[in-house]
Order: sequence, then C-alpha cells, then structure tokens
Amino acid sequence: MSSRTVEYGVGRNPEMGPGGTLVTSPTVPFDAPEPELGSETMLVNIGPQHPATHGVLRLVVELDGETVVSVVPRLGYLHSSFEKLGEYRTWNQIVPLTDRMDYLAPLIYNCAYVMAVEKLMGIEVTDRCRVTRVICMEMDRVFSHLLWLGTWSIDLGAFTPFLYAFQQREKVYKLHEALTGARITTSATRIGGMMADLPEGWARGVREFANNLPATLDEIDGLLTCNAIHVGRTQGIGAISADEAVNHGLTGANLRASGVPYDVRKDRPYYDYESYDFEVPIGCHGDCYDRYLVRMDEMRQSIRILHQALDRLPDGPMDVDDPRISLPSKTDCMSDMESMIHHFKLITEGIPAPAEDCWFSVEGSKGELGMYVVGDGGPKPVRWRIRPPSFVNLSAIPRLAEGHLLADLIVINASLDIVLGEIDR
Amino acid sequence: MTRDTSSGSPLSGFDLVAAGPELSREGPQTAAEPREVRPGNPTVTALRQQFPDAVFRNLICAGDEDVVYVAPERITEILGWLHDDADQQYDHLADVTAVDYGGGKPLEVVYQLWSIPHRAALRVKCELPLDALEIETVTGIWVGANWLEREVYDLFGIHFRGHPDLRRILMPQNYAEGHPLRKDFPLRGRFSRAEQTRRALTQNPEDYYVPGEIAERVPQTVEADGGDATGAEGEGDVL
Repeated sequence: MSSRTVEYGVGRNPEMGPGGTLVTSPTVPFDAPEPELGSETMLVNIGPQHPATHGVLRLVVELDGETVVSVVPRLGYLHSSFEKLGEYRTWNQIVPLTDRMDYLAPLIYNCAYVMAVEKLMGIEVTDRCRVTRVICMEMDRVFSHLLWLGTWSIDLGAFTPFLYAFQQREKVYKLHEALTGARITTSATRIGGMMADLPEGWARGVREFANNLPATLDEIDGLLTCNAIHVGRTQGIGAISADEAVNHGLTGANLRASGVPYDVRKDRPYYDYESYDFEVPIGCHGDCYDRYLVRMDEMRQSIRILHQALDRLPDGPMDVDDPRISLPSKTDCMSDMESMIHHFKLITEGIPAPAEDCWFSVEGSKGELGMYVVGDGGPKPVRWRIRPPSFVNLSAIPRLAEGHLLADLIVINASLDIVLGEIDR
Repeated sequence: MTRDTSSGSPLSGFDLVAAGPELSREGPQTAAEPREVRPGNPTVTALRQQFPDAVFRNLICAGDEDVVYVAPERITEILGWLHDDADQQYDHLADVTAVDYGGGKPLEVVYQLWSIPHRAALRVKCELPLDALEIETVTGIWVGANWLEREVYDLFGIHFRGHPDLRRILMPQNYAEGHPLRKDFPLRGRFSRAEQTRRALTQNPEDYYVPGEIAERVPQTVEADGGDATGAEGEGDVL
C-alpha cells in the first residue's frame, strides 16, 4: 500500500514559513470595557437557493454573534426518488438515472452501477472495457475535483482559479460529448460493456488533456497553496481527528485528510487497480487546508493512472460476447431478421439477474460510492440502493462547523465537496 | 422470465438458485443453504461462537460476500462487538439500508460493514416482520448512522429506538402519504396530482422557516390522515 503524507509549501499557523508569511492588519488599541450585549441567538437561513451551498442545500444556522452555535441541514429539495424509479425499470434502463445523481462525475456513477450489476450477474467484461472504464472513472475524478477546486476558490473569494479550472473542465466536457454525445448526462455504460466503442482519436484527446492539466494545476497551486488569505482561512478550520472521521463515516478525501489511508482502489481493488502505480495522498490535520491539499494531489495521481491506462488500452471487442447480454450490431439488426428479433427480445425483456444481493463500492470522486443491488431472478431490481458519499460526508457538518464563524461554515461546506444530486437522489 | 440460462455458459451467476422466499426466523439453517461452500470466514465463525443463539444463518452472495442474519433484538450488542473486538474492528459503517421484498415478507435491515485495519467486509441483516418495524439504533456505535437511519425511517417507516433525531430527511416533514420505498406504495404516490397540488398550495410556507427545527425544539412529524385521498392507486392505509 503506497500512501504518502502530502507536503506543505507553508508552515502551519501561527508560524508561517517561507512564501506564506501572514500579514496581520494593524489593529487600533481599544481599552473600553466590553459593552453589555444581549445573549440571544439568531437564526440565519442559508439556501436552498444560494451559490455557496453548491446546490439546493438549506442550512438553518443558529448564531451567537458570528459564532455558529448549531447547524441543521435540510435536504430533499432535489429528491427525485431514483431508487423507487429503478424498481420499475430493467437493469439497463437504470443507467440514465445514475448520471443524474452526480452530474459532476457522471461516468463514475455509470461505471459503478454497471459494475455492481455485473458482479451480481457474474459477468466478466472484456479487457478493453475494463481499461476504458478506468480511463472514464479517473477522467471524471479529475473532472469533479476541478469543479470543486473552482467553487472552493470562489467561496474563499478567489475568482481566477475558477476560470482556470473550468477551462480544463470544458475539455472533459468535449471528451464526454465525443464519447457519448452528451456533455453531462452521459449514460455511457451498458451491462456487459459500453454504449459504443471509443470514437476515433478519443484516446489521443484524453492523453492531450492529461498532458495539459498539470500546468494548470501548477498555476492554481501557485495561486492558492501558499496564499496567505487562503492559508489563514483554511488551516485549523473544520478539523476532525482520524478516529472521529471514521466514526462519522467520512470517506474519500475528507477521510484521507485526517490521515486514514482508506481508498477503495487500494483496499478492495477492482479493475486491476492494484497493478496501476499511484499513491494515496493523506493529510494529518483533518482540516480544510488538508482536504484541499489531498484533492490537489489526487488529481495528479489520477493523471498518472490515466497515462498508464492509456498505455495499456488493448484492442479487441468492447462488449462481452454473449447474446443474452449484448445487443447485436445495428447493421445486423437492419439486415437480418434473427438479429432484429434478438435485439427486440433483449430490449423488451431485459436481462435477468439472480435472486441475490450484491454490494459493490468504488472510490468515487466524493468518497466511497456503494451500490447495493438486489435481484429476484427477473429483469428488474427488487431494490437498488446507492450509498451516496456526499450524504454521509455532509452529515458531519454540524460536528465540523459548530464553534466556528459563519464565514468558516461556508468554507467547511465547500471543503466537503458535496453534490446535492446524490444527497437527495 | 422464460429465458434459458442453464445451457453451458460462462455466466455462473445466472445459475444460482434463489435462497427461497420464506425466510424463517428459527435457528441456524446452514446445512440447508446450498451456497455455504466457503468454510471459514473467521468473522462469521467467531460471531457464531460469540452469539450462538442470535446468529440465525449465514450465506455467501455474489461470489464472495458474507451475509449474516442475526436477531434484531440483539443488533446493538452484535454490531458493538464487531466494532470493538480486537480481531474484528469493523470500524467503518458503510451503509444502513432496508429492503422490502413485497408480498408481506419481512423487511430486511441491512448493515454493510467494513474493517479498515483488517480489510474485511461483512453484511449483517435483520428481518423485521411488518407488524413490528422497530429496531434499536446503532448511532451509539457509529455516529455516522444518524442520517442513514433517518433515511430508512423516512423511506421505509422503520423506527429506530433510541435514535437522537428520528425525523424525515428526504421527504418533507409533513409528508402524509407514507413511506415511499415500501412495495405497497404506488410509484406515482397515493394522491392524484390535483390533490398533491392542492395540498402544496394550502401549506403555509412560513412553516418551513420557523426556528423549531433547531434541536430541542423539533416539532413532531405531522401525520395527517389520508382519508381524503382522491387518487389513491394502491391498497393499504396511509401511514
């Protein structure tokens, strides 16, 4: 298991190291006695329509002056009952529901869902499909982290990193579009394979993206990592210890920032992740600054994986060679009757899954993304459950924010990297 | 489903036979389980030794996933032992959810555990008969179970005894149509669209912005009776 503690360009507060010197503003000496102030707390309602809540999250905050006394998150404004809808759809028809949940990293959701169903059905996908999905997942991990980076810097008052990050995101959007025809709602996977084979030159485009991204990351790194305002506003804010983070169920970068090297790609490898050479960055303070460092480093690790996956992308078929799972080619459907009947039966009847249940989790961009599928022998699930990482991560926000200032609550919320689509489902 | 899946194929998963719909609650039934082939999951063995009368049966699902059915009335004791015992250390509660198989079968509460130090997974299940949907909370062991249990309560109507804040979480607090993920809940809801709109319009929007949501001042969930349901599509009472 290779994990390493992320390095700091700056010393920790209060002793700022080279490059991170904190400039304290001059204060006017004030000797007057504290005025008599009432001790009544105040309720402030943040959201559901507020840019700093990163979606339709509503936080009811009780304030004592500027100090947060309690936070009560209210969810459900985006509840679409995807799990219930899934029970009325065949296994393949569920795929479009999955990317609506995490629209910041849709391909990870597409892949995680079909990987769970394939495990339930006992399907082994082809080598080309495995590597393609690894590329898709790592690309979307970067895709999601870039959005987090942009919005995180906006919440801290920096606008430039947002523009740099979104310039790179646009390239991933283009790659999504080339692969699937859609920019966000990709629906790229199918049981036993992918929607289609990779388009001409797509791998080259991913390689180009992976080559260009580090320069952008370096630029943003230079803007934020040693920035006195950024450091002063994030170090020591929303800190949580390793034991407590595990007990709260935190996963992903939020857990690793506390120093727990739990990464599903390393601890429970799927799709040959054990054969890729990458490290799991961990922090040691568990505060917002460490979460920032961990995510920044994760993007660089994802680029390493992308390069290795592109190197080993094999030729060959994308879909499994099994007529009960894979559709015949469109050309065949249009030219011979048997293929047409085959296509028709597969679409109308669906693929049966055994009467079993299966839990499969991957390392999503937000944390451990679990899929729990229960079949009953038919083509539709009895239960399709998503373990949304953001949902559990967000549940720790009262613990993280209480006692901090209201402005820090926004930073803590941004550092958790939530997406309301999967929280509310 | 008439698809023939028994002919020689690489898909071993299709050939697996269902565990049988009747989930008896009496005693260990390991001998009758065709899928219990892997002899020694150390956790399951230890769990059986520690709680001989509370572990009903165990099986292996989807190839390599250990599932243990335990007595619901002793769930905190069992999960607490799995969490604390030095040889187990299931410190990461990945998920709490429930499954409704429909047809009057008991609801299953599913705990998905992971041990970060030992890198082992375990799924613990409890069966709750429909007339006694109650189980003790595990928030005392994992704080992270708080919202997961609230979601199960919201969508399945399972009460978690001792939960610090058992309110609806995804549905509105005053949602009166029941628990949506239950099989007897129709896909489009119990009320017609017109009735849903009427109810939404008669709500006082200020109810959503009162300070009562802060802890200690939590209002009780409004459970309006569903007698005036105009477009009820399914059978069963509004809860």
